[in-house]
Amino acid sequence: MQPQLSSGSSGKASHSKINKTSLSRDLRFVWERSKKFLTPLVAIALALGIGAVLMYLNGYSPLRAYSTLWWGAFGNLRNISEVLVKATPLMFTGLAMAVAFRASIWNMGAEGQFFVGAIATTWVGIHLGYLPPWILIPLEMAAGIMAGALAGMLAGYLKVRFNANEVVTTIMINYLIIIGTNYLVTGPMKEVTQDSFPQSALISANAFLPRIVPTTRLNIGFLIAIVLSIIMYLLIFKTSFGYALRATGINPEAARFARMDTKKIALLVMALSGGLAGLGGSIEIAGLAHRLFSNVSPGYGWDGIAVSLLVNNNPLGVMFSGILFGALRSGSEIMQINAGIPSVLNSAIQGIVILSVIAFGAYRFISNKKEGKE
Amino acid sequence: MLLSMEKINKIFPGNVVATNNVSLEVRQGEIHCLLGENGAGKTVLMNILYGMYQPDSGQIYYKGQPISIHSPKDSIENRIGMVHQHFMLVETLTVAENIILGQWKPWKNLKEMEKVHERIKNLGEEYGLFVNPNALIRELSVGEQQRVEILKALYRGTDLLILDEPTSVLTPQETVQLLNLLRGLADKGLTIIFITHKFEEVFQVSDRVTVLRDGQLVGTTDTAQTTFGELAKWMVGREVFMDLDRSKSNSKEVVLSVRGLQATDERGLLAVKDVSFDVHANEIVGIAGVSGNGQTELALGLAGLIEIKYDRLELCGQELKKITAKNLDRIGFGHIPEDRQGMGLILPFSVAENFILGEYNSEPYSHYGFLQNRQIINHAQLLVNKFSVRVSNVKEEITNLSGGNQQKVVVARELNRNPNFLLVNQPTRGIDIGATEFVYQQILKQRDAGSAVLLISTDLEEVFKLSDRVLVMFEGQIIGEVPPDREQIFKVGLMMAGKQVEEELA
Repeated sequence: MQPQLSSGSSGKASHSKINKTSLSRDLRFVWERSKKFLTPLVAIALALGIGAVLMYLNGYSPLRAYSTLWWGAFGNLRNISEVLVKATPLMFTGLAMAVAFRASIWNMGAEGQFFVGAIATTWVGIHLGYLPPWILIPLEMAAGIMAGALAGMLAGYLKVRFNANEVVTTIMINYLIIIGTNYLVTGPMKEVTQDSFPQSALISANAFLPRIVPTTRLNIGFLIAIVLSIIMYLLIFKTSFGYALRATGINPEAARFARMDTKKIALLVMALSGGLAGLGGSIEIAGLAHRLFSNVSPGYGWDGIAVSLLVNNNPLGVMFSGILFGALRSGSEIMQINAGIPSVLNSAIQGIVILSVIAFGAYRFISNKKEGKE
Repeated sequence: MLLSMEKINKIFPGNVVATNNVSLEVRQGEIHCLLGENGAGKTVLMNILYGMYQPDSGQIYYKGQPISIHSPKDSIENRIGMVHQHFMLVETLTVAENIILGQWKPWKNLKEMEKVHERIKNLGEEYGLFVNPNALIRELSVGEQQRVEILKALYRGTDLLILDEPTSVLTPQETVQLLNLLRGLADKGLTIIFITHKFEEVFQVSDRVTVLRDGQLVGTTDTAQTTFGELAKWMVGREVFMDLDRSKSNSKEVVLSVRGLQATDERGLLAVKDVSFDVHANEIVGIAGVSGNGQTELALGLAGLIEIKYDRLELCGQELKKITAKNLDRIGFGHIPEDRQGMGLILPFSVAENFILGEYNSEPYSHYGFLQNRQIINHAQLLVNKFSVRVSNVKEEITNLSGGNQQKVVVARELNRNPNFLLVNQPTRGIDIGATEFVYQQILKQRDAGSAVLLISTDLEEVFKLSDRVLVMFEGQIIGEVPPDREQIFKVGLMMAGKQVEEELA
């Protein structure tokens, strides 16, 4: 039998042998081509598999868990829209990570940048609430973007001016911002009529984002996230700025050789990354929460890392992985309610996904090295 | 026959044929050179023998027995040793610690470190390989580190030693020492396979030579019965240039004039101390020297990539207070950097993307900030054809190209701008003779077109072949100027090693 994929053979004596090797070669070629898409899928499958083992070992039925999780995510229109609601902030923080990681800048501050975006939007939504929606909505978003960008640029400035490691500075700035948020919602921004809950007043109804499906919580923030994914993809892969950004990320020496201003790029990337996370916070307030409280982000900034890494920091991929992680988050909540399985599983699965993506990366690195040509 | 490799096939992903039915026979006690251009399959073949790769088909016979080698562990057990081009040493450990690293029962060895030291000393005396077992690797010169690698193999017990391009990192004097050492080892019964792409070494050291080309065996012959010309023809498939055609330089126009240049290295130590020289239009000035004597810093400084101090610097008649990217762009500056993969190229980028590295942000490649794909591809196609870069598709990642073709991309990109001042650092390191010839011709062409060229190289042959004047650099200073007269080569070699022989040369 002549395998269809085989590119033909030469010589007669070792006919079968050559076919065999060329078949495996062709299979390997197919793998080379498709592994870009296969890697995340295998990573997810692996994570779900290990998750199933974990559940089984703890006395839960994995089958029941996953079927509830699936139903909880995609069972009906309301559940699906809830997935997209949960996916929206993840897409923003995922995009924030993708932009930074592409430039090899390790912005660990998306959580804090998300919060300052939320604070700024809440402030605008409360104090300028008399403005009509068509002014107020763009304005509150601009405020969120600015706030996030400034928080990002602070770390960026410390990096280029004092060579301070951005991992350290962004994490420290996160603490400042999150403690600051607690202070604001228990002090200066606390709702006046209420005395029990640490939360701000409601923002003006003029500041609410319009909903896509009126009966659900899904709002235009999701559409903005989709559009931004495409814009970020174009920015990174189709513009000269994106060229410089990627070049700096891959090989800063060569970037300097090509007379790129790597410091300026680092600052801009931190601003862009912070701005995206800030917009995520802004849309969370304007589209969903409508007021500020201290856990308005249950760790969206951190989840963004997994969202981005899963798809190799490709903004188009962030759309899909954002929805995937949104489904896990939303589905596991329902799983907890209906099947009594702790939604902690969600974090476990996320963790395993990240680990397997890293493992695949390491495997590819090692096998490339091993198969390297002379 | 100690070793016989029969019909070895190895194909890498993407249908890259690394070795195609290659057979090799090595006799007991001989030095056998494996000669070929980069990408000819020499290293792959040896890595198969050493167990780093598995062949797709073929059989290896060793000491009369068919053997299969699945990992370096197997080959070490079979008493086969290999010294890689990039040393496998831990810099922060001592010589003795490196030698026992990875061996069974390290605790036993550690307890008996004195015995280890003694054995190393004995081996050193036996084979003339003197290294202090207590020295830290990072304190040793490259030549000494290489000796540690050889000692490591001998310590483990080796009958067959493979050396992968061992002279590419050595000075001319160190090379002579190494070749003498290998001769001595062979006389004591050790069998050596010596990978190289330099003809001189084949004639200096080997008993027999096998030539590979494009992954195929061209032939094996006794070294004494062949000639330079024949080997060259085998290796590249045609006659090779011996000397370059060139006209005499007679320009008086100074393009670059440097007075009192100083630069520091990464550790903040003064690496270039008070260097002054001129480069004229239509002239190639060569800077010869052993690497690490300030050439890298000099080049980076002139390219504006590190801060430098100077009394006076003029480029194209303009006095510059500071070298900036803008200044260099205005003047017309081309730079072929020392480390093409680390600096000249972005490896995961495509060939086409690499061609616009310095111009990614200017018309026609970028229009209103958007990359113009068609222009970029056309530009790449044009340069690929003009500079005969061997690539099937310019959208291919540049990692997939051979070293020589990668360098052609850098050269094409830098020369296409027709620079007034061209800075060239180690233009042919690690590339094959065909590509080397090409790079030389292009540099000469650029000179004839009126460019001022500063050529920095540790390869004396290269400096002498190309330069109109040769400056010798030692410990951050220019210690002499020599005309590119072949009879001076060995003396310059001595100067490079710091021997004060200026008076003789004057």
